[in-house]
Amino acid sequence: MSGALLSVQDAVVDLPTPRGNLRAVDHVDLSVGAGRTLGIVGESGCGKTMLSRAILQLLPKKAKLSGRVMFDGQDLPQLSPEKLRKLRGQSLAVVFQDPMTSLNPVLTIGTQLIETIQEHLELDLAEARKRSIELLAAVGIPAPEQRLAQYPHQLSGGMRQRVAIAIALSCEPKLLIADEPTTALDVTIQAQILDLLAREQQRRHMAMIIITHDLGVVAGRTDEVAVMYAGRVVERAPTPALFKQMRMPYTEALLAALPKLDAAPHTPLPAISGRPPDPTRPLKGCSFAPRCRYAAGRCNTEKPALSAAETPEHVYACFHPIETRARVEA
Amino acid sequence: MATLELSLDEQAAEPARRKRRLGLLFWFAMGWMVLVFAVAILADVLPLPSPTDMDMLEKRAPFSAEHWLGTDGFGRDELSRLVHGARISLIVGLFAPVIGLTIGGALGMLAGYFRGRFESIVVGSMDVLLAFPPLILALAVTAYLGQSIFHLTCILGVLGIPAFMRVARAATLTLARREFVIAAQALGATHARILLRELLPNVLLPLLAFFLLAVAVTIVVEGALSFLGLGVPPPISSWGSMIGEGRESLDVAPRLAFIPAIAMFLTVLSFNLIGDTLRALTDPRQGAL
Repeated sequence: MSGALLSVQDAVVDLPTPRGNLRAVDHVDLSVGAGRTLGIVGESGCGKTMLSRAILQLLPKKAKLSGRVMFDGQDLPQLSPEKLRKLRGQSLAVVFQDPMTSLNPVLTIGTQLIETIQEHLELDLAEARKRSIELLAAVGIPAPEQRLAQYPHQLSGGMRQRVAIAIALSCEPKLLIADEPTTALDVTIQAQILDLLAREQQRRHMAMIIITHDLGVVAGRTDEVAVMYAGRVVERAPTPALFKQMRMPYTEALLAALPKLDAAPHTPLPAISGRPPDPTRPLKGCSFAPRCRYAAGRCNTEKPALSAAETPEHVYACFHPIETRARVEA
Repeated sequence: MATLELSLDEQAAEPARRKRRLGLLFWFAMGWMVLVFAVAILADVLPLPSPTDMDMLEKRAPFSAEHWLGTDGFGRDELSRLVHGARISLIVGLFAPVIGLTIGGALGMLAGYFRGRFESIVVGSMDVLLAFPPLILALAVTAYLGQSIFHLTCILGVLGIPAFMRVARAATLTLARREFVIAAQALGATHARILLRELLPNVLLPLLAFFLLAVAVTIVVEGALSFLGLGVPPPISSWGSMIGEGRESLDVAPRLAFIPAIAMFLTVLSFNLIGDTLRALTDPRQGAL
């Protein structure tokens, strides 16, 4: 796609393991335009995090990446380490799942923020300090001046995640990757952090990728959603189109597995039976076929390719797409 | 001996935060340390008799106004020798672990951060160093290069490198996979920056705790080497060589061996007490890690 800030083309990530080659990301195509938000949804181990690390070029040393990761007109895997480092600092930032481990435990909040700002924006200490306070205030931290002298363990989980976001925002990135930013937080804080991310994203007009296993997280806050299963993108669509009519049985199953507030007490949660396929032993057919209630015939012998639904933006990989209206409203 | 094969288990077992009161024992240890450091630094200025002047008429003299702690087998003033011996013990005891801390700490951090072949080489060569009998090394070096404080410090320092390397590498290994390191990389930090700003402050705490322990152990080892005649050359006094000399007259004047032994015991104990207390007080991250 032209004009996209980030476009991942035919990305494949292979991890050599003692049990054989593990294909963590399998021929993924994605793109995010400037100022747009993409949600990547999938269950644990489906390759979401590996994909985000591939975009940042922070894969484990043993991993092999092929395909192209075009960011701002440059192919990231081809860049020299020094150029890549500069680009990361100027344009890319990441917020991780666990704010306990994403902040350095022995440095104060102030040290971590001020140093990052000084590194990127060439400000003197007083200005960097002032900016840090502004940033902390912007991410909704009360009494930011006093927080500067505190250590991460003196803050609550939600506060820590706000600090992590402030550090990520400090270098004015063009693309922010939020890797399960709310998974380690409780539900009331989750909504606040997501709203904060959305607000800052709009204000700074930056692109954002939210990685999550929760379809509810992406529902109201993304422009486009990509559903991943076993390393592949199995359905990709603009968010409204996806929730209006999902085509892939896996997406439907994911949505059905969300707890509903209006359900009667003690209603069993419809779980997706079985487990994802062993990624070191790829299936010949559709990876979801063993767990899919619509699977039949060629599902087990042939891999479905991504094909377009009624609009070219909505693509899915399934031989037996769901035709009826989604039963569950988001 | 000088291999310092102690892990950091005791640190993990510490309760998250002790009470902030320091206690009488800590102040006693502090007082002793200040005293030892002060007399060691001011040894030449203090109104003491020379530690090497012999007075054969006053051999093994008892405590007196002239010789506060008496004299040794050659009629040398015991107090003066003790004070000058403190100098040697502290110089060797502090500088040898500094060698181990800087070289071992740097190697350990680099090995733990970069992994790969470099790590294999470092760990392998440290294992070789550990397997080499330390006493033989000390013998060989003093036989070829001669006995001196400098050589003694270097030997003990080199022998301490593997232990510091292991502590630093173990700490770095767990820290390097934490997300704050990946986050720093994602923000465009260089390797040098990650090592110095992100990892070093974390690794330094266990290293410093280990450093104080190493100081205590080194003082004892220096004493053992001097006792065996491999330490400082006579007539310079060190606590170890004084104990060694006092051994000859244990039956007639046991104080000649026991006084330096008590000084060493108190100093080592003080280092350990202070080290423990400081660690309990300055550790901000027990709960956070």
